[in-house]
Amino acid sequence: MIEAKNVYKAFGDHQVLKGVSASFDTGKCNLIIGQSGSGKTVLMKCLVGLFEIDKGQVWYDDRAFSKMSFDEMKVIRQEIGMLFQGGALFDSMTVEENVMFPLAMFTNQTNEENLERANECLSRVNLENVNKLLPSELSGGMKKRVAIARAIAMNPKYLFCDEPNSGLDPYTANVIDNLISEITHEFNMTTVINTHDMNSVIEIGDKINYIHEGKLWWEGDKDSILKSDNKELNDFVFATELTRRLK
Amino acid sequence: MVKNFFFQLGKYALMLRQVFKKPENPAIYLRQIMVEIQNIGVDSVGIVAFISIFMGAVLAIQMAFNIDTPLIPVYTIGYVTRQSVILEFSPTIISLILAGKVGSRVASELGTMRVTEQIDAIEIIGINPATYLIFPKIIAAIIFNPILILMSMFVAVLGGWLAGILTGLVPSSEYVYGIKAFFEAYDIFYAIIKTIVFAFLIVTISAFHGFYTKGGALEVGDSSTKAVVQSSIAIIVFNLVLTQLLLS
Repeated sequence: MIEAKNVYKAFGDHQVLKGVSASFDTGKCNLIIGQSGSGKTVLMKCLVGLFEIDKGQVWYDDRAFSKMSFDEMKVIRQEIGMLFQGGALFDSMTVEENVMFPLAMFTNQTNEENLERANECLSRVNLENVNKLLPSELSGGMKKRVAIARAIAMNPKYLFCDEPNSGLDPYTANVIDNLISEITHEFNMTTVINTHDMNSVIEIGDKINYIHEGKLWWEGDKDSILKSDNKELNDFVFATELTRRLK
Repeated sequence: MVKNFFFQLGKYALMLRQVFKKPENPAIYLRQIMVEIQNIGVDSVGIVAFISIFMGAVLAIQMAFNIDTPLIPVYTIGYVTRQSVILEFSPTIISLILAGKVGSRVASELGTMRVTEQIDAIEIIGINPATYLIFPKIIAAIIFNPILILMSMFVAVLGGWLAGILTGLVPSSEYVYGIKAFFEAYDIFYAIIKTIVFAFLIVTISAFHGFYTKGGALEVGDSSTKAVVQSSIAIIVFNLVLTQLLLS
């Protein structure tokens, strides 16, 4: 489980997070939802230590992550996989080199063993015969899938996904959502997903945290979100004609 | 402005502290150093040779026109060409050229990696991105730039010889005598020391601007420009400092 306790983060005079407290359960897809600019990405980057928090604490199970030094964080980071919004694949490396990169860096396995693991991960995300392609030769959906393969290569305990289906067509977005959900349940990972895609919320939202004005405004799951009487949440969830009709 | 200068200087020092931390996997870093030697060094051989041959040729022709008196022996043209090339033209001018070529490459590479979150991805994997990305570039430049400069010296002196023969201004025997006359090995040592310091400045200043790029494509361009301008200024300033320290 990952816990954020009273987390504050400001950039200059702009206070983005104003005391967010939230927990993210093991074996579940924990969604962070909210409008653009509400602080979702900042919260996620605070959780993984890419942004230093101003006040508050972040805990990974019984480990106080936010109090750790850079070198101490590196140990926990080897248990983290992260899928970035644009994939963040290394341009100069092929698909298989991207997936093998963390393995080559942190395991004592031979190159053949690393390649075998990379192929296993690529096949788990339904990608085959793309090993020698460069990221620039892949479609948006394929990039995301390679990024997922890289993120799970080290069998992480924690998986973070920043807007995993942004820029994808609805079909591919659904494939990516289901893939993340399957992997989470299969490997009992603590998965945290940033999204404002309502389809993802309905499909895979085992636990949902709604962030509004830099605070945790509501929490629940995919069933309770449609029945909530929270005004701000309803304004967000039922902003489109499609979701209003669904209601 | 002064406050900002010291703020940036402090940030640069902190970055260097991160860069020289223990590598996670030395074998991977060794491979990266080889890749960077290719990118930073070997790929610059052509441009360095091209500039050097013309630089030496122009120097020799200018010397020949300016030393138009029987009181100064003709071999002086070879001697002065060699000294100018070894002491100043190869280490400093070629380093300035490399500041443009290598500096912009390093800054734009790291800047693009920053804005596309590739540096964040490296950090999340548990790797120190400053060490992984910058350390091999520094080592590659420190190893290969002196080789480039030695090659530049040889090619420039050769260019002067060719210019002298082709224009008929300097007889070959006089030029060859001149380039061998009063040779001090310390001059080469001085040039190599300068080159190593300049290589360090080019890579670290450019990496600093690339590594801390914020924004998008426009800011990557800005970082690249700042990298070239500031590393060129640093070369000019340190040239004076090192000359005073090593030759006075």
